[in-house]
Amino acid sequence: MLAALAVGAALAASGAAYQSLFRNPLVSPDILGVSAGAALGAVVGIFLSLPVLAIEAVSFAGGLMAVIIVYGIAAAIRGRDAVLVLVLAGVVIGALFGAGVGLLKYLADPYNQLPAITFWLLGSLAAANPHDLTSLLPAVAIGLIPLGLLRWQIDVMTLGEEEATALGLDTRMLRIVVIAAATLMTSAAVAASGIIGWVGLVVPHLARLTVGPAFARLLPVSLLFGAGYLLAVDTAARTIGAVELPLGVLTAAFGTPVFLWLLAFGRRPAWS
Amino acid sequence: MSAPRLAVENLSYGYPGRAVGCVIGFTVGAGEVLCVLGRNGEGKSTLFKTILGLLPPRAGAVRVDGEPISGWSPRRRALMFGYVPQNSGGAFPFTVAELVLMGRTAHRGAFAAPSSADREAADEAIAALGIEHLARREWLRVSGGERQLALVARALAQEPRILVLDEPTASLDFGNQVRVLDAVLNLAETRGLSVLLSTHHPEQAFACADRVAVLAGGKLLQIGAPADVITPETLRACYSVDVAVLPVADDRYRVCVPRSYLLC
Repeated sequence: MLAALAVGAALAASGAAYQSLFRNPLVSPDILGVSAGAALGAVVGIFLSLPVLAIEAVSFAGGLMAVIIVYGIAAAIRGRDAVLVLVLAGVVIGALFGAGVGLLKYLADPYNQLPAITFWLLGSLAAANPHDLTSLLPAVAIGLIPLGLLRWQIDVMTLGEEEATALGLDTRMLRIVVIAAATLMTSAAVAASGIIGWVGLVVPHLARLTVGPAFARLLPVSLLFGAGYLLAVDTAARTIGAVELPLGVLTAAFGTPVFLWLLAFGRRPAWS
Repeated sequence: MSAPRLAVENLSYGYPGRAVGCVIGFTVGAGEVLCVLGRNGEGKSTLFKTILGLLPPRAGAVRVDGEPISGWSPRRRALMFGYVPQNSGGAFPFTVAELVLMGRTAHRGAFAAPSSADREAADEAIAALGIEHLARREWLRVSGGERQLALVARALAQEPRILVLDEPTASLDFGNQVRVLDAVLNLAETRGLSVLLSTHHPEQAFACADRVAVLAGGKLLQIGAPADVITPETLRACYSVDVAVLPVADDRYRVCVPRSYLLC
């Protein structure tokens, strides 16, 4: 249960940070390929039959590697819209890492490893234990601290690179810190529970509709909504059917209609 | 003689691999309003961004009170320059009050919440532009003119000494053009701000500018008092149209009328 709260909060908070930073309410932790990178790392760990802690470490390394590659590509391609390049690079790298996951699934032992990989990828807290919490909670806390401290500057970053610079911010530094913090939280969540999509996209969006875009209010509300949302979904997953349903399947089943509803009837389509 | 507030010296600007303007030089004194004219794509925005340090200069220097600012941090620049961009990149529905408060960013520490002094300065800036009634509205939902006033208020809340406005009256209706220009002029006068602004309406220079600079072909074509610079010859060189410049109200103001309008 604690794991559900922490994973939901982590995904929602990192989603809120990414959305503010990339000035696009449709961005999610998946956008930088972070989820895919962390997933590839974890699958490599399962494939090599590593112990649990090592799997988590490799997953975290995968997430960081994805974001470093994506950021490197964006830095190398200059003279274009930096944010657009970053987002596109994230999508491309995410697809590449996804292909890596596919390759490993193809190569995996179909009796032991393949079911484990597949079930984990669908997103599940069934296997979460107190041991997972000891690595999840500190990572989430470490990621949250800079986001909380920098909340006012993150608001200014939503105006875009040039305006934020003109208002006196070191945008490069700020961007690195915020991405690193959000990536840490996403990777920790993915390592603990697989890919649970849509939380990082829908929850911050809902939070913004509720309390407005100011990060000082958006962050805590996203944390609460994310934790509550995943707890509810996890409870539903355990109680709806005779067997426990994968969380990722349920969040997608709930998240997609909510998102479409937001798209159609949201207060104002803030993206353009 | 003391150094001018802002001095642009032999400045060449543009993007990597593409020069936009070269060897431009001019100064703006304290409390002076300089209006920059030039056709579309002439690089007025690029020039302003280079002066603000948002783009690196290709050559030359920008000095403030005689000091080169190339090594200044974004924070130090923001305390000197207030910038009103042509269009703001904000996509999230902040209120006008929140937007203006962002002008105080450079005045506080990285982790600090806005202090009561910050809020007072923001409120004062909002009051100075007479947009108190907008403060609680979402800034993306107010009209174009009101949005422009909000951005001017934000620049004012920065408490800069130089105000840079990139086509502040573009896409505004006639009344809002007058309101924005009046507000800027008033601020330059009452607070001794140096103002650098660009416009597509040469006439506006007669209303608000102490001096006018005309850019053409990436060069500084002419700079001087509005009455000396805004002439049929200069306007033809700048915009490739024949214009009559006619005095009105005992030559306290002049209007620019395209000659083709006068023929029919």
